[in-house]
Amino acid sequence: MSRAPLPYSPKILELFRNPKNLGRMDDADAWAVAGNPACGDMITFYLKVGEGEVVERASFESYGCAANIATSSILTEMVKGKTLREAWEISWKQVAEEVGGLPSVKFHCGVLAVGAMRRAIREYYKRRGETPSWIPKEPTFEEKQALEEEELAKRLAKRIGGGI
Amino acid sequence: MGRVEELIKAHGELEREVYLDFENSSPVPSEIVEAMLPYFNRIAYGNPTLTHKPGWEAYEAIWKSAEKIAGFIGAREPEEINFTPGETEANNLALMGAALKNRRNGRKIIVSEIEPLSVLHVCRMLENYGFITVKVPVDGEGFVDLEELKRAVDREVVLASFMSVNNEIGTIEPIKEIVEIVKDRSPEAIFHTDASDAYGRIPFHVERLGVDLATISSYKILGPRGVGALYVRSGVPLEKILEGQFGTQKLWPGVENTPLIMGFYSASEKAFANFERNVEHMRRLRDKLINGILEGVDEAILNGPRDDKRAPDNVNVSFLKCEGESLTVELSLKGVYVSSGSACTRRILQPSHVLLAIGRRFEEAHGSILMKVTRYHTDEDIDYVLRAIRESVARLRTIYGSMGG
Ligand code: FES
Repeated sequence: MSRAPLPYSPKILELFRNPKNLGRMDDADAWAVAGNPACGDMITFYLKVGEGEVVERASFESYGCAANIATSSILTEMVKGKTLREAWEISWKQVAEEVGGLPSVKFHCGVLAVGAMRRAIREYYKRRGETPSWIPKEPTFEEKQALEEEELAKRLAKRIGGGI
Repeated sequence: MGRVEELIKAHGELEREVYLDFENSSPVPSEIVEAMLPYFNRIAYGNPTLTHKPGWEAYEAIWKSAEKIAGFIGAREPEEINFTPGETEANNLALMGAALKNRRNGRKIIVSEIEPLSVLHVCRMLENYGFITVKVPVDGEGFVDLEELKRAVDREVVLASFMSVNNEIGTIEPIKEIVEIVKDRSPEAIFHTDASDAYGRIPFHVERLGVDLATISSYKILGPRGVGALYVRSGVPLEKILEGQFGTQKLWPGVENTPLIMGFYSASEKAFANFERNVEHMRRLRDKLINGILEGVDEAILNGPRDDKRAPDNVNVSFLKCEGESLTVELSLKGVYVSSGSACTRRILQPSHVLLAIGRRFEEAHGSILMKVTRYHTDEDIDYVLRAIRESVARLRTIYGSMGG
């Protein structure tokens, strides 16, 4: 329960102050949420997909720390122009690198961003009723982490008796 | 380049800086620094246990400080004041020292759910040595549930620890009643109170309250960090928890830090010199800040009680749809320095235990910020802070957006 030192990179601060691709996307082809306000970490990820399954635009909304905001924002940039398959391959470590490194207690914020993005991709294919073979049936590490975080928040809330 | 130099630079030229994070550290006012300076190299720089002039000077300085501080808390003897390196150490000494020395009297330690970690974690450690901790719940404003307390105390209770004023939400606990309930049911029990947030802000008198041990801290009254004290009523048996060369402080080994002790003494004197006026000033600014936030920002809630039941310096507010750590960063960029009870500021995914104990939901606890005002703050400071909070919460809420909803 003790506090953690948070040496944020200049890039994180920059994205925190001026987040790119912020906000709800009304014409999104798919969107997904990861985390929830009870864990203090929550990201909504929106995708607009064009010709050849290339990501035209992505945007996000976030509830969480500066690292949460920065990693979600950078990820919306990273997926732009990539095919969904290429976007799927982006790992949280690449995201962390892209923002100039994350303090270790903040790894999970980058993980959550990737989790939200992959869920949005799954959602895209679900809506079309076809799932390509390169999408694993089981949730990937990042998606699992998102699930675990959601579960943990539920468990803690139950134990302490706070409602979510 | 250092690791966070860029972060510091990013703040640029600030219009004003208002430090409100007195919970976690404090700038030391120049008048108090001045009072410390001679003790670094002009006088009393010797070891107070040695037989030469600088040693005797140190002995005299420490004795006088203890005498004064004893007077401020209503202790009978200067010997009852034991200087330690701070609140954490004093709490560790109180709990471990009392439990270990008196284990024959029982195995039960009784505390509230909202004690500081330097109490709760020590209890957890003592459980490894056969002690049992019972945590008494608190109500929605942080007041100890006295009925639960009555049910929980029996002869097995060897030690009780209840803070006088909660450091996070400012609740002024009815310590006298709590002492009576505990001593009634377990006369041998030793009663400790962490009074770090009471000292210098509310009347606090160890004899009138009937406590055996009390922790006070220097930086919480604008003195330097690195020094605090444990009041130990004379005759209360306590085990030392550190070994080494003991000097004037019979419960804490090592060489006494005279300049810090003098800073603590000077800070105490300044806090008590105009006690009523200081407190009135803090209370007015506290209420200005609380009311300004509640009136100026939607979906904001006050944590802890109001008016006379609340410490005169404490402000703790939760904002929904606005995560607390982000808010501390955003406010910092505007020159307003506060802390948060959000899980994002902690090592594990759990927000402040105090806010959960008073029944705050997780999302309420994550959006909390803690501020303390001092006699040095001005109305202009508070106006500036209110504006900064309104702007910062508004911007962060645009990032929250609709959250897919
Ligand atoms: S969002 Fe909570 S730690 Fe990053």
